[in-house]
Amino acid sequence: MQLMDWTRRGLFSAASAGLLALGLGLPATAQTPPGVLVVGQIAEPKALDPAAVTAVNDFRILMNVFDGLVRYKSGTLEVEPALATGWEISEDGTEYTFALRDGVTFHDGSAFNADVVKFNFDRMLNEDHPFHDTGPFPLSFFFSAVENVEVVDPLTVRFTLNAPYAPFLSNLAYPTGLIVSQAAVEQHGADFGRNPSGTGPFHFVEWRSNEAVVVERNPDHWDGAPALDAVVFRPITDANTRTAEMLAGGIDLMVEVPPVALSQFQSDAYTVSEQAGPHVWFLILNAKEGPFAEKAVRQAANYAVNKEALVNDVLEGTAEVAAGPTPPAFAWAYNESLEPYPYDPEKARALLAEAGMENPAVTFFVTEGGSGMLDPIAMGTAIQADLQAVGFDVTIETYEWNTFLGEVNPGLEGKADMAEMAWMTNDPDTLPFLALRTEAWPDKGGFNSGYYSNPKVDELLETARTATDQDERARLYKEMQEIVQEDAPWVFVANWKQNAVTSDKVENFQLEPSFFLLLKDVVKN
Amino acid sequence: MGSYILKRLFSAIPVLLGITIIVFAIMALIPGDPATAILGSYATPENVEKLNRDLGLDKPAVARYFIWLGNMLTGDFGQSFALNRPVIDEVLERFNATLVLAGTAFVLCCFLGILAGVISASRQYGFADKAITFVVLLGISIPSFFLGMMMILLFAVNLRWLPVSGMYAIYGGGDLWDLLKHLVMPAAALAVVATGVIARLSRSAMLEVLRQDFIRTARAKGVSERRVIWGHALRAAMVSIIPVLGIQAGFVLSGAVYIEIVFQWPGVGRMLVDAILKRDILLVQGGVVFVAACYVLFNIMVDVAQSLLDPRIKT
Repeated sequence: MQLMDWTRRGLFSAASAGLLALGLGLPATAQTPPGVLVVGQIAEPKALDPAAVTAVNDFRILMNVFDGLVRYKSGTLEVEPALATGWEISEDGTEYTFALRDGVTFHDGSAFNADVVKFNFDRMLNEDHPFHDTGPFPLSFFFSAVENVEVVDPLTVRFTLNAPYAPFLSNLAYPTGLIVSQAAVEQHGADFGRNPSGTGPFHFVEWRSNEAVVVERNPDHWDGAPALDAVVFRPITDANTRTAEMLAGGIDLMVEVPPVALSQFQSDAYTVSEQAGPHVWFLILNAKEGPFAEKAVRQAANYAVNKEALVNDVLEGTAEVAAGPTPPAFAWAYNESLEPYPYDPEKARALLAEAGMENPAVTFFVTEGGSGMLDPIAMGTAIQADLQAVGFDVTIETYEWNTFLGEVNPGLEGKADMAEMAWMTNDPDTLPFLALRTEAWPDKGGFNSGYYSNPKVDELLETARTATDQDERARLYKEMQEIVQEDAPWVFVANWKQNAVTSDKVENFQLEPSFFLLLKDVVKN
Repeated sequence: MGSYILKRLFSAIPVLLGITIIVFAIMALIPGDPATAILGSYATPENVEKLNRDLGLDKPAVARYFIWLGNMLTGDFGQSFALNRPVIDEVLERFNATLVLAGTAFVLCCFLGILAGVISASRQYGFADKAITFVVLLGISIPSFFLGMMMILLFAVNLRWLPVSGMYAIYGGGDLWDLLKHLVMPAAALAVVATGVIARLSRSAMLEVLRQDFIRTARAKGVSERRVIWGHALRAAMVSIIPVLGIQAGFVLSGAVYIEIVFQWPGVGRMLVDAILKRDILLVQGGVVFVAACYVLFNIMVDVAQSLLDPRIKT
């Protein structure tokens, strides 16, 4: 499949270059009416019920139809008020009291109040709730710390947590925390996902299966009415076809442009936007056994890999070099002083010599492709070459994505010395907490497949999770990043930049570091 | 004739049962489960277990098979995990789109293929024969998805005569004219290879027949050449052409998978590819069983048609 994709892609670009060179291009003609934005999506959505979906593709629609209690401030991953106008956190960090916005109504006309908020979270978390069967709710564990939701008065709601849990607010800003209309859930039951009703800037109009989801402007939105009249989300799964639709004017906005197709849009008729997101692409190193049990060898691997070449040549500039375990998109928690390991083969050789292993043999698990994995085969091959150049003897084993996860997640022991991996998260807590702590080793149900263990890092992460003060959390995360970079349990490779292309009729479009697609202020001429 | 049809229909039952077992076994054996696919990065063993329980996947495979089979016999194909709607709704809607595409392509390739074959045969080694043979070989040799992409580039991106993809326009479409505009490229791309095969085989079938005595007799008694070719010879050659058409119908149906992806046609082939990638077990199983049933039914129809045409094939 991968080979065929590559071939098709290659043929496609070669042929399109040829045809364009022949001068067959005609001037663009508008196919989509003004005020209506047609978005090329990568797949058909599963459902338009925010509690029931997990894919970024579905989030792109949902974030425009629903609001949460809080949201990310534009251009950042910092939380600001939305349907809640403010909140108070108790001294011990287990009680969050939200003041709700007055006078907000759902698209179906029902009122937004504390009862509706309680209904939303009870539906997701309480297995005995009459509407729990409108799930399943795969990401409900985002709120597993919530013990109780209490209506204080119609415009005040209090969440009680079973333990202090700092990522709670940013989880509320995630699509799983978007607030749905209780009246609509009661009316449609399990079909709510096809008849959604929220409070967002656009209201749902129709869903034509495998063709389009249409939403129209909500003139009464509490944050001001949107500039567009309507947005049409079209699922176009094949990246080449999506590119062709963009070139032919059948869509106005295209997300996830394949790197090889970017050159097609280098003209005044298009704008390419880029935004680095909370994504990190890394190599898990097996710190329990084999050559990477030695810190010096792990550092040698970090020096040996030419990350600049990977992001510029293999990924054609669609990613940035990663310095540590936390992506810079988490600006408030990111340690600015961290510099990526430089590309220094000499230093790598010296470190290997120092460790007494000039030619360590390592097995490298590579996947054919998967969520957030970018171009894993090409990247794996380039990394293999870089490591061979300093003396490593690298054997690649390639697996299909699901098989790959089945091999890597239970731990690398006895199987491999390194493996590719990528994560996209919404809080700086998530990835290190699930993949770097001693308590997160695979046998304890975590994702620390390389068995990294440093008591200081464990302590920092546990403390950061219970701290409610953002500055204090930031200090702890920054310290953690320094230690982890030095210990090198991973080879830190890249942070993916999401991209999108808009036609020259689209104005005010901006990508968010959260990777959500917010269309409220977009204008289409 | 009635008993022949009945017998053929009964013989389809074990075939279909076998298909249900094979597709169920494949989906049970391939690595990866829907819960892992849905949860992505968050697939902790605990979360996977809970979601599998919610999806009803925690029972043993044999039990799941019989539940599935039993439900299917009552017309309940289950619910798709990835699309959150009944499998049968999705399959029927998608199959409808595939029928429009594959049906058009099939009519196109039968008509053009037989026409080309007959013309070739009646002017054996003449210019028309050579020209047709050349074009036909070219058509057989081009992968249909590549041809589809080239057509998109030329007719949709550069000339802007036709829409790139989809079945209907997002705005102001929905009528027959709109459908035809969206249909012409995928149907043509899909028909090319089958047209070539049918043309080649029609040509040899016709040549075979044209050498026979009854053709010479027909010519000798003064029947016009046109009637000899299109009336006598083609009718006799159809006996060997029809099974080829049956096989090509199957190829057109399976070739629709590539074409549906390239042209984003909302058909059953694209549905199955998406469903397999998402490990949407019930949708894959239901879709495959449905398509297989149609395929079996189609083959029975071909056999029946053949026995009607050729009295030598007896019940």
